Amino acid sequence: MRARGNGGVPLPLLVPAALAVAFLVLPLAGLVVRAPWSTIGPQLAQQEVGQALRLSLLSATLATGVSLLLGVPLAWVLARSRIRGRSVLRALVTVPLVLPPVVGGVALFLVIGRTGILGRPLYEHLGVTVPFTTAAVVIAETFVAMPFLVISVEGALRAADARFEDAAATLGADRWTTFRRVTLPLVAPGIAAGAVLCWARALGEFGATITFAGNFPGTTQTMPLAVYLALQRDPEAAIVLSLVLLAVSLGTLLLLRDRWLGRGPGQGVAA
Amino acid sequence: MTLDAHVVVQRGSLGVDVEFSVGDGEVLAVLGPNGAGKSTVLRVLAGLLPADAGRVVVDQDVWDSADRHVPAHQRSLGMVFQDHLLFPHLSITENVAFGLRSRGMRKATARATAEPWLDRVGLADLGDRRPGELSGGQAQRAALARALVGDPRVLLLDEPLSALDARTRLAVRAELHRHLSDYAGSAVLVTHDPIDAMALADRVVVVEDGRVVQAGTPAEIARRPRTDYVARLVGLVLLPGTGAGAQVALDGGGLVAVAEDAAGPVFAAIRPESVALYLERPAGSPRNVWPLRLVAATPHGSVVRCDLDGEVPLTADVTATSFAELGLAPGVAVWASVKASEIAVYDR
Repeated sequence: MRARGNGGVPLPLLVPAALAVAFLVLPLAGLVVRAPWSTIGPQLAQQEVGQALRLSLLSATLATGVSLLLGVPLAWVLARSRIRGRSVLRALVTVPLVLPPVVGGVALFLVIGRTGILGRPLYEHLGVTVPFTTAAVVIAETFVAMPFLVISVEGALRAADARFEDAAATLGADRWTTFRRVTLPLVAPGIAAGAVLCWARALGEFGATITFAGNFPGTTQTMPLAVYLALQRDPEAAIVLSLVLLAVSLGTLLLLRDRWLGRGPGQGVAA
Repeated sequence: MTLDAHVVVQRGSLGVDVEFSVGDGEVLAVLGPNGAGKSTVLRVLAGLLPADAGRVVVDQDVWDSADRHVPAHQRSLGMVFQDHLLFPHLSITENVAFGLRSRGMRKATARATAEPWLDRVGLADLGDRRPGELSGGQAQRAALARALVGDPRVLLLDEPLSALDARTRLAVRAELHRHLSDYAGSAVLVTHDPIDAMALADRVVVVEDGRVVQAGTPAEIARRPRTDYVARLVGLVLLPGTGAGAQVALDGGGLVAVAEDAAGPVFAAIRPESVALYLERPAGSPRNVWPLRLVAATPHGSVVRCDLDGEVPLTADVTATSFAELGLAPGVAVWASVKASEIAVYDR
């Protein structure tokens, strides 16, 4: 009999696994240990902190909303339709996943910037300027985060039994009704998981945001930007801001995990 | 109401070309081995799979033809799948009401229409449950109610009993029989189980390798199988040959004496229980005696089914007692005899 303690994990796997855990957890622990707990109250009370936090939550949520509205249909097209060039389409969609976010920011600037391909007519005819606004933050975050949602929902759609959709068709449901009343509820857990990933990615977005939206307190300075700036002039403030981000991320993850994640797709919303 | 179908479709290496029609209130069983193309035919009838050629006509309405394809959701049909496919996120009542709702009925009316159907299939008290909380038999009953509730013109059943355990299958088969008798439209039942086909269908078409190899009433199919597959299903050994008087010269060599005169290409069908086995050549002068070799023996209920090879390939059912007394084992040489009067002969 093997010892119960290590659950029968071979040593060559156990040691690296333990190192990996330490590597992932220690920095976070360090953050907690080094936090200036005595001055944390006044630090948090600063107006800029509240502003940045509100802006971050708002823009990440809006970005997730946009990603859901556009990304779920796109995932359906990738998983279910028989249009040509689907694999090319999927490759294109995943580019932002591997693209350095700063490059994404530059690209957005070139297209929607005031002299950009779309940005110039927007400015000349409607007087609308996108860069350096809160809208730009949402756009930058959506650009970077939506692929996470698309990939995860597409996976859920592929894993879901398409014969349920056949059954719906024999019951008189057209494809849109089938999507609404059968497919969507079946893959709801996958969509929730994708939305959490997408939201977390949007919340942490830095590169594309600072490139495309700039760093203006109140309108475009999100938490990650505030953390980076604070680190240069007031490291303690940076630690406090980081803790807030950490708490928000962990809180969301735990909350959603109990609610949606960790259940099989078959029982998803049933109980 | 009549369903006329000629389904031509290529699925991988299997070319399916099957033609049949199903009358008003009639149940047609499509019987065949796995991979024969039965379910493919059903998917074409349902509109889930486009046919390459042929046509599907219900009454005067063309559902499929060279220039027309009515999509599945616009066909008046109900379909029951092997593993029920009830929507896991909806209650049983909502599942049964689904077809009514998607065809435009209001929610309350749909529920009110669905509930009597739950009652008819014996699930009146379980309407609020989720499919995951039902037994296999209950789920399949709910699936039947879901398929029948809109009073469709065509009912398609795809192996509706094969996912059930033996005991449940008996009960659900009996109930299915009752509902099929009440059903006014055309029903097509796909199955690989001859008992389902015999018990539920008015007519049977046997499909092998994408082609209809035999069609008739269940009794005709059982009495006069035309392929080895069907013969095995109904428990007969089929020997093709040429009749000449009271003898049939088998295509594979050997002569079989029969009771009535036969001429031309015929089948001789032998029931395994009518074959007697001996270790020595039997005394007297039975006309059908062949020296054979036992190649395989498998328990089959209270008897042992013995596959024999030699001049005339036969199958014999012997009781477990005689099997032991004769000291039979694979490889043993035996004499097999069959009375001429026990052999059925019919034209090929």
